[in-house]
Amino acid sequence: MRGETENVVVQKHATFEKNKAIQKEDPFIEDEELKERRTNRLSVLGRVMVGVLLVVAWELFTRIGILDSYYWSSPTTIVQTGITSITEGTLIQDLFYTSGATVLGFILGTFIGSLLGLSFWWSDLYSNIAEPYIVAFNAIPKLALAPVLVIMFGIGFSSKVVLAFLMTVIVTAVAAHSGVKSVDKDLEKMLFSLGAKRKQVFSKVVVPSAMPWIVSSLKINIALALAGTIVGEFISSRYGIGRMILYAGQIMDTDLVWLGVVVLSMLSILMYLGTVWLEKLLLRGQVTQK
Amino acid sequence: MSKLEFVNGSKIFKKNGQETVALEKTNLSIEEGKFVSIIGPSGCGKSTLFNMIAGLLQPTTGQILLDGKNIVGKSGQVGYMLQKDLLLPWRTIVSNIILGMELRGVPKKEAEGRALPLMKKYGLGGFEYHYPNELSGGMRQRAALLRTLLYDQDVILLDEPFGALDAQTRLMMQTWLLQIWGDFKKTVLFVTHDIDEAIYLSDEIYVLSPRPGRLKEIVPVHLPRPRDENTLSSDEFVHLKQKLLGMLKEDQERLQKVE
Ligand SMILES: Nc1ncnc2c1ncn2[C@@H]1O[C@H](COP(=O)(O)OP(=O)(O)OP(=O)(O)O)[C@@H](O)[C@H]1O
Ligand SMILES: [Mg+2]
Repeated sequence: MRGETENVVVQKHATFEKNKAIQKEDPFIEDEELKERRTNRLSVLGRVMVGVLLVVAWELFTRIGILDSYYWSSPTTIVQTGITSITEGTLIQDLFYTSGATVLGFILGTFIGSLLGLSFWWSDLYSNIAEPYIVAFNAIPKLALAPVLVIMFGIGFSSKVVLAFLMTVIVTAVAAHSGVKSVDKDLEKMLFSLGAKRKQVFSKVVVPSAMPWIVSSLKINIALALAGTIVGEFISSRYGIGRMILYAGQIMDTDLVWLGVVVLSMLSILMYLGTVWLEKLLLRGQVTQK
Repeated sequence: MSKLEFVNGSKIFKKNGQETVALEKTNLSIEEGKFVSIIGPSGCGKSTLFNMIAGLLQPTTGQILLDGKNIVGKSGQVGYMLQKDLLLPWRTIVSNIILGMELRGVPKKEAEGRALPLMKKYGLGGFEYHYPNELSGGMRQRAALLRTLLYDQDVILLDEPFGALDAQTRLMMQTWLLQIWGDFKKTVLFVTHDIDEAIYLSDEIYVLSPRPGRLKEIVPVHLPRPRDENTLSSDEFVHLKQKLLGMLKEDQERLQKVE
């Protein structure tokens, strides 16, 4: 009798366990965000570790003499040079000068380039006439023109802005033009069938369609603009990180050269992050596109 | 007087020096409030006809009269849903639906105020602020159709709106369309490849035949309304279906002989 009850209890317990097991089983939900967050966290960690490792190795190798510290400087020396350049020198002013010219040239180049590229939608004739010139202008190595531009616009701020502008404007125009060419003709037709005017088709369909193309040129553009500014400063300038590097090279102060390179790299990264933010802003609601 | 007339209309395309007659001289006369289907094999000029009525394409000859007024080359006079749904991917469903009103200058608030209840009523509730790629094919078609309807024209042209849907969704959408047609009292021109669909929905069926595209026959449908699944098995339905199948088969045989 007792054995029987026990048996029943055991059985009951077994089914209970089984139910529990079923209930306990985690339902698997496709959670893209969670997955993304997880990989994001890991990749940030990995990136930081690689960076730290590189800096430590640099420091170590220059200390024990595997790398000659005269050529390679070292992270600690660079930091020290940086501190003196900030307190006693003009590093901060130079930084503002270079980044100012770059950002201004980038904004002007991107904006005017976009307008130029988008304008090709309005007329096939105009677009066909302009196309070979755009291609030719794109092919000119703009940096080779730098000496002329410095003569034209002086050794001041404006010649740097012009160089940064020239570096970006055609790239953007070409990207925007490709965007315009990729606009779905049926979308245009649909808008016309709803009684739209050309102006409305342009603003409601052409611009948003071309936007991903324009945005895709932003990241390249910011780097190009920076290169333009620095070359301008190399040619002739009173301020800027480029001028600082050139000067340091002339007096064979490699620590100062390295400082300039590190500062430019950080500036470049910062501006890159800026374009990432800009991309998000411009593509709001478009993330879902195709 | 007919709501929409196409008088001696034709369309010839010329490409690489070769002329294609997309549509031979054709006369159409559609009465107000009718549901008219246009069937015919691929390439017989159905979309071409619609593009001309919608003012997106200039006919080679002929006039298009809406309420007796010539609308040749004037776009925006009729609602037109093209062969694809063509929702703008960067806009939410509701702002896609109000596009026609927006273009006409209706304030956004007011336009949404009209669109939102209709979206609820016609099965798009809960998806107002989603983007098109988050919707099923059937829902996208509904959204495109609502956009066409809210453009507020008496005549609407639907070019194979349900072509890409599975059979079950299709039947649901057909019933839905009939409900909308009843509610909105529009004159509808409807292109389809599907004979069942044409009979089920229409008051009249225009049969076109290809190469060159021309109007072959007008077949009236006298099935009683409202129609439902039982309609599909009625004698009249079966009879009409056989008749239409026969006509399309003739064309096919003729084309095969030519080739
Ligand atoms: N823009 C154009 N240029 C040259 N020929 C064209 C043009 N548009 C259509 N055609 C020709 O006109 C004929 C009719 O085309 P249309 O698109 O009207 O056919 P359809 O009946 O809508 O076919 P489907 O059922 O496949 O959609 C076809 O032979 C097509 O090749
Ligand atoms: Mg077609």
